[in-house]
Amino acid sequence: MGRRRVAIVGAGMTKFVRRALETPKELAYEASKMALDSCELSLADIDCVTIGTAPDAFDGVHMNGEFLIDGSGAYRKPVMRNYVGGGTGVYAPIHGWFHVASGMFDTCLVVAEEKMSSCQPHPAGAFLTIFDHTTEQPLYPTLIWIFAMEMHRYMHTYGLTKKDIAPVAVKNKKNALDHPAAQIAEEITVEDVLNSEVLAHPVHRLDISPTSDGAVAVVLAAEHVARRITDKPVWIDGVGYALDTAYWCTRDLCYPEYLEVAARQAYEMAGIREPHKEIHIAEPYDPFTYKELHHMEGLMLCGKGEAPRLLADGVTQRDGNLPVCPSGGLLGVGNPIAAAGLMKVAEIFLQLRGEAGKRQVPGRPTTGVAQAWGDLMQVGTVMVMRR
Amino acid sequence: MEITTDVLKKTATPLSSKHLSQGKVFTASCKPNLVYAWDDGVAIGRYLKELKRGRIMAKRCRQCNRIMLPPRMFCERCWRITDEWVPVKDTGKVNTFAISHVDWAAGRIPKGQRYFTPAVIEIDGASKGMGILHLIDEVKPEKIFIGMPVKAVWRPEAERVGAITDIKYFRPIG
Repeated sequence: MGRRRVAIVGAGMTKFVRRALETPKELAYEASKMALDSCELSLADIDCVTIGTAPDAFDGVHMNGEFLIDGSGAYRKPVMRNYVGGGTGVYAPIHGWFHVASGMFDTCLVVAEEKMSSCQPHPAGAFLTIFDHTTEQPLYPTLIWIFAMEMHRYMHTYGLTKKDIAPVAVKNKKNALDHPAAQIAEEITVEDVLNSEVLAHPVHRLDISPTSDGAVAVVLAAEHVARRITDKPVWIDGVGYALDTAYWCTRDLCYPEYLEVAARQAYEMAGIREPHKEIHIAEPYDPFTYKELHHMEGLMLCGKGEAPRLLADGVTQRDGNLPVCPSGGLLGVGNPIAAAGLMKVAEIFLQLRGEAGKRQVPGRPTTGVAQAWGDLMQVGTVMVMRR
Repeated sequence: MEITTDVLKKTATPLSSKHLSQGKVFTASCKPNLVYAWDDGVAIGRYLKELKRGRIMAKRCRQCNRIMLPPRMFCERCWRITDEWVPVKDTGKVNTFAISHVDWAAGRIPKGQRYFTPAVIEIDGASKGMGILHLIDEVKPEKIFIGMPVKAVWRPEAERVGAITDIKYFRPIG
């Protein structure tokens, strides 16, 4: 099809924190500068920029993308901002991939930033207006309601209990102890999860990722440029993205079909026929405990309803056969929405290069997948990477 | 280059309502007078008018044969204009639900006040899986179950305005 091969050649990130004192563009600058430094490039080497940042309502600033461009190194450069809710963090590098794979540009800096702490008393309030204004908003819904309902439907369909799902939080928060950017890494037990405050049954406090501030950046380069920059390029071999209808009540919430569509697209591009065998390491989006399992199924890393068994058997531990969220995920590292998704791409990049430090999974993995999810439980964004 | 703690020097900084009230942080707030005059559209417009009359109307797509709720002017699957209006019942089954201890802005519900019990309700007469978001009441939250049959509790006719809230909530039946 005349597509060029594209590699990730550098990554940078800020620490994920409850509240950063930096402005959004300062956060974006820190992550972007670190990403460029990591591959010894300067801004002059960057042809274009893609920015991912979630709702303007978090910052209370319309044109948040435009305010971010200075910090993202996009001053007087071709720049594109994109937003699909929580799916943004993997959508942004897909947009970067378009720019380079198409032949239009040789390099692209991808920046994802989120600062949720500005929105008081709680950023959850900013989400009221994502619901249908006529049929849903008058009932004052909030995101945690619909995720609790999705979790409930998933549990009901496969006969799962809270105990089957809680170990996701235990695993991810523990993995995050080794992540230098982590916000809420800790050693906890399944009982801690079950005994934590109920927010919206069946979702408890420890089932859910925090609100966070933070930024992540990666550098993309076309093959001929990438090989000059690094001897350890990580290739973007497949991308996929799909959205389901916003009529979320008329879908069966037990399975994320939109993710299967996105994953099939990415796998086909990467020549992957049996994802459960060919994917060595996965970073599915885990803003809630059950979502890691839900997304493993949508990514076809196991059959429908089978993810809890893999979790129970230790397969998804960092030293298991299929390490899942070795970074610590959103549950452990934190969830600055768009930045969280790009953190997952950065994790696969570091893992495939063997640069994940204490988080490094054994067995020299060659193929990994990162995925994000968002809006009204309707977006799947997927990236397959190889070294 | 590995990303290590040395490279990430920031620490978390707490922010509470006290910081705001004591003026410890810069804040700006405004209450813009933004009123949105949303048009209901072809399908939802009729849906709301019918709710005011005390009935739920769905729309059929003859190609996929779904009887759809909420009603659509066009079928998103078949990508064509939908066909006839179909009256459906005001009863249904709980497809899934939550017991929420928080309100829309993540505020905790005060002690003694009923938890929110939102549900997806599959309406009888619509195609399988065609649900709407609404609230459940007149039952203890812990007694609600997936599959529970429920019925709409309507506002008195004089109080109805042509809105989803013309149904106050759904209550268990049977």
